[in-house]
Amino acid sequence: MAEIVTLAEAIAAAVHDGDTVAMEGFTHLIPHAAGHEVIRQRRRELTVIRMTPDIIYDQLIGAGCARKLIFSWAGNPGVGSLHRFRDAVEHGWPGALELEEHSHAGMANRYQAGASGLPFAVLRGYRGTSLGAHTSGVAEISCPFTGEVLTAVSALRPDVAVVHAQQADRHGNVQFWGITGVQKEAVLAASRSVVTVEEIVDSLEPKPGGVVLPAWTVNYVAAVPGGAHPSYALGYSVRDNGFYLAWDEISRDREKFSAWLSEHVYGQAAVDGVR
Amino acid sequence: MTYTPDEMMAVTASRSLRDGMTCFVGIGLPSEAANLARAVHAPNLVLIYESGTIGAKPTELPLSIGDGILAETADAVVSVPEIFNYWLQPGRIDVGFLGAAQLDRYGNINTTVIGDCYDHPAVRLPGAGGAPEIAAACKEVIVVLRQSRRTFARRVEFVTSVGYGDGPGSRTRLGLPGGGPRQVITDLGVLRPDPDTLELVLAEIYPGVTVAQVRESTGWDLQVSPDLTQARPPADAELAALRALRATVPADPGPGGPAGGASG
Repeated sequence: MAEIVTLAEAIAAAVHDGDTVAMEGFTHLIPHAAGHEVIRQRRRELTVIRMTPDIIYDQLIGAGCARKLIFSWAGNPGVGSLHRFRDAVEHGWPGALELEEHSHAGMANRYQAGASGLPFAVLRGYRGTSLGAHTSGVAEISCPFTGEVLTAVSALRPDVAVVHAQQADRHGNVQFWGITGVQKEAVLAASRSVVTVEEIVDSLEPKPGGVVLPAWTVNYVAAVPGGAHPSYALGYSVRDNGFYLAWDEISRDREKFSAWLSEHVYGQAAVDGVR
Repeated sequence: MTYTPDEMMAVTASRSLRDGMTCFVGIGLPSEAANLARAVHAPNLVLIYESGTIGAKPTELPLSIGDGILAETADAVVSVPEIFNYWLQPGRIDVGFLGAAQLDRYGNINTTVIGDCYDHPAVRLPGAGGAPEIAAACKEVIVVLRQSRRTFARRVEFVTSVGYGDGPGSRTRLGLPGGGPRQVITDLGVLRPDPDTLELVLAEIYPGVTVAQVRESTGWDLQVSPDLTQARPPADAELAALRALRATVPADPGPGGPAGGASG
């Protein structure tokens, strides 16, 4: 059953050193504030999973929280490279980063298999690419009915999923809408979950296309208004495209990045949640 | 009106899309050209972004595939597993419109690593995103990228998305249902696969560009189609619409910009 706690309490309780952590949100609803809290609590040796490890994971990687990255597209959307990610892969700074890389379709299916309690998912994909030779969790499989050769991808079962949503009610039922990405699958695939929300309301009003996570599928809910910034929460904020462009410059240089981290993450008190 | 090679590329790419088509759009150059097509000659073009937005009708150019304007103007917004499994995989989409970092003579795309060693790459690129399955499943694929010896390589060091594999028969052997890359649109001209060899050949050239110049900007011995034509320069209305669209973006990421497949 969901407990409504502060963000600092949620991360302390749910995310431990060495855990496999999935922070999802496909461009929309990226849990940036929760990512900062993981950095502030100085978690180490994490295996971090995310389809698009954009700025949020560039920060986690640069801060030294991650040992391994499972992903499908590592760039700054519409801007260019993720410089902290590249520095880790190309030069091992601040530490080596092991990669397990897939396609988006593969990752989406891996989460779906995890949420379904299955060991793998099947898709038409990967064949003829170099991906299979360089990553784990991909294998050929024959259809038992037609003999067609298809691709199997292994399930993702994170220790903890972290997502951001527009609303929760006082019982901890969660609702999010707009681009809903793969968050439902990530939460249901994970052993534990943390959800930050824009606001806690008395009762959830159904929204077109809205996804509801019943309170009993969620462990911790924390109210963190603006917790997706520079990503956004439809109906509450707009994507801060200017910050995505500015990140290119901030992240290009190790010292500039470290200074940014000191001022904007370590230097900030943990965000107080509303109980 | 005078125009730049990049503007000629965007206009030519936009002309490759017909009204009423369904188009799975990558961010960057493809998204710009697809939105230009919708503004100029293809108002009923159905834009589909991998964020799950189907029938998006943005009035400004999105910086990412998940900008709010895409969800707010879409006919339907579906989850990411659904967009790939129900919409892309069965082959419902007419055209996949992709960017690339590097491409070879069979239209195979690399957006993963530059350098011989995967574990110690000279340049680490963003990776696959949605591109491998877009390249596999769409009825046809159109690739848009600037042409140089670096980007048009004899052999890609990593096949992220399959074009024609190693030539005729490859796609069938691999069980790839879609038709593969039918056009590669660059800032110098348009390449199309030779009907027999499937090797990309120069099929259209832009005004003011020479065949020697295109061959010089290609990492393999580029052949020229016997039916080589010259592309029409941009019409004033096309240029005006393109410039109006570009004015809606915070800043142009420029040549150092997105190198990914469909993602962002």
